Amino acid sequence: MAALRRPPRIRVPGPIQWMHENLFSSAFNSVLTLVAAFLIYQTVVPFVQWAFIDAAWSGNSRDACLTFEDGACWPFIIERSGQIVYGFYDVAERWRVDVVFIILGLGLAWLTVPGTPGKIYVGALMVAVFPIVAFVLLVGGFGLVHVPIEKWGGLLITLVVAVTGIVVSLPLGIVLALGRRSDLPVVKGLCVAFIELWRGVPLITVLFMSANMLPLFMPDGMTINKLLSALIAVALFSSAYMAEVVRGGLQAISKGQYEAAAAVGLGYWRSMAFVILPQALRLSLPNIVGNFIGLLKDTSLVSIIGFYDLLGIVQAGNADAEWATPNTAMTGYVFAGALFWVMCFSMSRYAKALEDNLQAGERR
Amino acid sequence: MSWWRTRRTQDLLFQAALLGGVVLLIGGMAWNAAGALERQNIASGFGFLDNTAGFDVVQTLVPYDETSTYGRVLIVGLLNTLLVAILGIVLTTLLGFVIGIGQLSSNWLVAKLCRAYVETLRNIPLLLQLFFWYFAVLRALPIPRDSWNIFGAFFLNNRGLYVPGPVTEPGFGLVVLAIALGTMGSLLLSWQARRRREAQGVITPVALQSLALIFVPALVISAVVGFPLHFTWPVLEGFNFEGGIVVLPELMALVIALSTYTASYIAEIVRAGIQGVAKGQIEASQALGLKRSPILRLVLVPQAMRQIIPPLTSQYLNLTKNSSLAVAIAYPDLVSVFAGTTLNQTGQAIEIIAITMGIYLTLSLLTSSAMNWYNARIALTER
Repeated sequence: MAALRRPPRIRVPGPIQWMHENLFSSAFNSVLTLVAAFLIYQTVVPFVQWAFIDAAWSGNSRDACLTFEDGACWPFIIERSGQIVYGFYDVAERWRVDVVFIILGLGLAWLTVPGTPGKIYVGALMVAVFPIVAFVLLVGGFGLVHVPIEKWGGLLITLVVAVTGIVVSLPLGIVLALGRRSDLPVVKGLCVAFIELWRGVPLITVLFMSANMLPLFMPDGMTINKLLSALIAVALFSSAYMAEVVRGGLQAISKGQYEAAAAVGLGYWRSMAFVILPQALRLSLPNIVGNFIGLLKDTSLVSIIGFYDLLGIVQAGNADAEWATPNTAMTGYVFAGALFWVMCFSMSRYAKALEDNLQAGERR
Repeated sequence: MSWWRTRRTQDLLFQAALLGGVVLLIGGMAWNAAGALERQNIASGFGFLDNTAGFDVVQTLVPYDETSTYGRVLIVGLLNTLLVAILGIVLTTLLGFVIGIGQLSSNWLVAKLCRAYVETLRNIPLLLQLFFWYFAVLRALPIPRDSWNIFGAFFLNNRGLYVPGPVTEPGFGLVVLAIALGTMGSLLLSWQARRRREAQGVITPVALQSLALIFVPALVISAVVGFPLHFTWPVLEGFNFEGGIVVLPELMALVIALSTYTASYIAEIVRAGIQGVAKGQIEASQALGLKRSPILRLVLVPQAMRQIIPPLTSQYLNLTKNSSLAVAIAYPDLVSVFAGTTLNQTGQAIEIIAITMGIYLTLSLLTSSAMNWYNARIALTER
């Protein structure tokens, strides 16, 4: 009996045994391990060699890079870092962009870090007040010098397009999703047509439309800003996707919730606002973040219609004769790719954490 | 309650107002557009499709030259888009399934490697990856004289990939006919074998017979007519290659970028599909004494595929829509030659954007209705 009372022995495999179990458990697995190791050796090692060991790190012209034939040309990135972040924004006014970035960063941190108080109010401020403050700071007015939109670029344009897209598409998407589930045939039909139209076509055709067709639709004598028309295109496009995400959340709410809201005497709008939407949006939050990741990646398409966004400015730098070296293009792409990757990957981790959190709530 | 305060009346009024608003908005935009077109002296209507295009296209799957019409440009562009889509879909399916299954491998290194692939490619914009492949990899290849030589038949350089080109001779049609008939015969054979298995429980192996049926008659016929197919080999002459077929670097970059990027999404779909099969299903089939291969073939794969196919189709659609990024590297796809060059030459933005969007929209709606039909067919029938 004494033997039975002893706690079960927990087997901790040693490194050799771990390798035997996880890497070389069969002949086939051993071959796979070797192939994978060979692939890693063939890709990671040359990359590290190119990006760090053989790379040029200092200097202020292409001559510094030409001596390092098989390595990245980092001076190109260092020299162009101002353009990569701000585009051609007046150097003396760049602090205004910094302020916008800082407010955005603080607001996002407040909203995403668990346990901070007053998330609802901060969220409302970020959606309702921040865009106005950012607009005034970036464009000018109230004593600030006017900076024309043609001078914006780099990370600034990328974030302006992505954030505007999400801020506009969220309310629009909610309305469209509610409309698609409406009992009223005209409302439902219009919403379905709108959603399916934008979801069925590539973003680049929508951007071409905004660049070529929107100016024609304006009343005589009224011109439309190039950036504004691109923003409209992105907002329309992403609101269709947002509508589908919100619809997914709405579908997950059980019928009893609708009936209970009706039973306590709430009309359609109030039952939506106080009972259904708070639950549905909470459920769709991970997918909303996922949507935002897609939007952030898609903003790179504005470089095709002539904006110098993060990718566009790197692309322009690659074509610049002043920096023509065999490694300039590769360096630019690797840097821009790493920047996008950090932003998207951290958001996708956040979405995953949200999802796990939701499921933990369901499990209890 | 008076009649105008009933729910029904209010719903009707609300909808009428909404419809009126939309009609007014569209009407207003049309009015403005008509005025703007008149002021700028731009023609309208679809007559331009019969006008001569006057520009050349670097890759055409149907006969085309500078004297062809804009309507012809539309067809050339559409076919180029479909070519990229088909090549991309085949490659991305293979890659996506391999990586998706790899993510579930019991081999630690393989699983981690596949995971790293998915997380890297999914989080970088497709356009950036496309630029990377085109400008940093393919355009940086050596000049034709220093081409990479692969088995003396394929040559890779900064002008593209040169591959042997097939040339058919009279009698080739007969061989194709023989292969087609053989394939039909083998399908019939396997259908028969399946019916026999379901009715009598007798398993008839048909794999060898099917292969023989497809290839033996075709081989015999081609021997009789004197092997009516030969290849022209690419040969370096002066500064470039002659003979064979050239795969443009634009096409290669587009296919590589689209298929590797989409594969990272497909891998996740495949992983979720396999993990979504209830554990009890596998345990039940083990309890029945089935071996590993029939468990995979008869229990796991059919159930996983039911979850995989709908999102897989929407990824195929995404790939097709994303092929429009071709315009950024000047591959002559639908958007590039039609919504790009043709639009710039004619200025008829409304008609051209409408046609382009209409084509993509038709593709999307066709695919999604096929998917709805498929979903209804394979949906679990609860008894």
